Amino acid sequence: MRKTLFDKVWLKHVVVPETETHPATIFIDLHLIHEVTSPQAFTLLSNRGLGVRRPDLTLATIDHSTPTLVNHDGSRPYVSDEARIQVETLLKNTKKFGIETHGWDSEYRGIVHVMGPELGATHPGATIVCGDSHTSTHGAFGAIAFGIGTTQVGHVLANQCILMRKPKTMAINVNGKLNRGVTPKDVILHIISLIGIGGGTGYAIEYRGNVFEEMSMDGRMTVCNMSIEAGARCGMIAPDAVTFEFLKNRKYTPPNYENSCAEWLSLSTDEGALFDKEVNIEADMIKPMVTYGTHPGMGIPIDSFIPKSNNSAEKDSLNYMQINEGDKILGIKVDKVFIGSCTNSRMDDLRAAASVFNKKKIASHVKALVVPGSAQIKALAEKEGLDKIFMDAGAEWREAGCSMCLGMNGDIGLPGELIVSTSNRNFMGRQGPGVRTILASPETAASTAIAGILEDPRNSKKIK
Amino acid sequence: MTIEPLKLVSSRTLVLTSSNIDTDQIMPAKFLSMTTQNGLGVHVFSNLRYTDDGTLTNHELNSVSGKSCKILVAGDNFGCGSSREHAPWGLTDYGFRVIISSSIADIFKANALKNGLLPVTINIDVHEWLLRNPGVYVTVNLETCLVELPSGMGSHSFEIDSFSRYCLLEGLDEMGYLLAQSDQISEFEDR
Repeated sequence: MRKTLFDKVWLKHVVVPETETHPATIFIDLHLIHEVTSPQAFTLLSNRGLGVRRPDLTLATIDHSTPTLVNHDGSRPYVSDEARIQVETLLKNTKKFGIETHGWDSEYRGIVHVMGPELGATHPGATIVCGDSHTSTHGAFGAIAFGIGTTQVGHVLANQCILMRKPKTMAINVNGKLNRGVTPKDVILHIISLIGIGGGTGYAIEYRGNVFEEMSMDGRMTVCNMSIEAGARCGMIAPDAVTFEFLKNRKYTPPNYENSCAEWLSLSTDEGALFDKEVNIEADMIKPMVTYGTHPGMGIPIDSFIPKSNNSAEKDSLNYMQINEGDKILGIKVDKVFIGSCTNSRMDDLRAAASVFNKKKIASHVKALVVPGSAQIKALAEKEGLDKIFMDAGAEWREAGCSMCLGMNGDIGLPGELIVSTSNRNFMGRQGPGVRTILASPETAASTAIAGILEDPRNSKKIK
Repeated sequence: MTIEPLKLVSSRTLVLTSSNIDTDQIMPAKFLSMTTQNGLGVHVFSNLRYTDDGTLTNHELNSVSGKSCKILVAGDNFGCGSSREHAPWGLTDYGFRVIISSSIADIFKANALKNGLLPVTINIDVHEWLLRNPGVYVTVNLETCLVELPSGMGSHSFEIDSFSRYCLLEGLDEMGYLLAQSDQISEFEDR
């Protein structure tokens, strides 16, 4: 039978097959953990006298509750004692069980979904889980990667397996030529606005077509990262030469790399394999996108008007955002700009933002934060002089972490403020109580920081 | 280890009509810094229930009648967004045992099932009726997989994964089941 990429990777990991009465037991090749969703799982283990079955397949870092500033004396200004204790708890737990941990002293520390691929620990054809919904990011390498809750973090620590029924499969085919100024972020925001915030519920998505084939790994990660914003736990792209080039010479690149590449190539969806659902999109229909409401499915082309509300929830959404049906979204006054998060904090993103910022100043009323995804990204960006471009423009250049995407570390906005953010969620209060969020690409965010109002990135000569 | 078995839940409904209620709303990120899981009920829907200075709003979750509700009826696509299990921990600590919606997000659903919180997806007509009639007395029977509405409105079946149903009825968690497969896992690892 002809198989999809998802089918092939799934089948390779079935320990006990699914039956009418029981879900499948699926082996997990890589378990990523961080400070927020693991402490209660370790408590569960110790309450039951259990150990960690495969510390060698587990990798930890600290990213959510970590400050992005450093005090003059080198100490870290945690937002609360709880945040500090949470980080210390992770470090203590992973030390106890012998789990490789990239803490403050590691040159690899970073947002867990930036760190995994950088270490070369994210392999095509692997199963990857993490107590974080944006684990779908790793699907960019052709892995089955999805977020789990803390109870399942405990299951994986103890058994290296999870119980799961096979999801349905959906192909999203995007073919043709992308317009000027359209980035991977715009492609995924377009997809979510089309299929809806719940459109992927119950499905594993495979992104197919020349648009994804021509994308860099950074771009593919941006796309797969936001699969969950359409409700799909997992989104994948078939591994190819671009994937293999990325994985060359990294810390955890398999020793038999050449053989691995040949095997990885065979994972691609067979010609004629059937998906449960297919969506076809023409690339030239996609424009630079922004969100206007309070979930990622409420997205529109940046040069269009706020659509009419279809229901009371959408009306509430517009009230919260303090915008009106029929108004243009361009030109809305902005208070803060955030460039970062597991969606858009990689080199492609920072280079694109820097090219817009170059020799320009951000508007005097705007505060802009640029937060690299990892210590590796930070070092490379500084080597290229991007940090200077950001700071010369008047933006803040911070330590790596999740930062203002969810504000757990205290990087938040003030009530009523409007933040243009390269992150993944514009939910009410996500970036602080009463804060309004517009999701956009790094190019749009940087153009907006300079203009002080939501600005079309295509007005910058630097945009390709 | 066991959780409290769930067979039959009868209660008035508490209704939140909004669709796409995300887990950031259910449990805002500032409450994720804890390293334990108890006592999150006071923080559930915190942004709706408390004003900036911490005083209670007149939201139904703050009312005496609200606190007696074990069944939450919510708009479509409940529990979308973040995988934080703090959301079901908060909802169960508040007192809910059942969530009814027309669609429930995948990760939230999986997390709820592991915490003795039954996610019920019901057909759109019944869902709309429940949204329009807050506070009605409803019985959810997991043995028969029926939602029983007040007289005249009938009983309506719902589907649930058979293994999850068994675990809820018996009050079992999945850890024991997985631990019992240790030999099969070892065989897989040796392949």
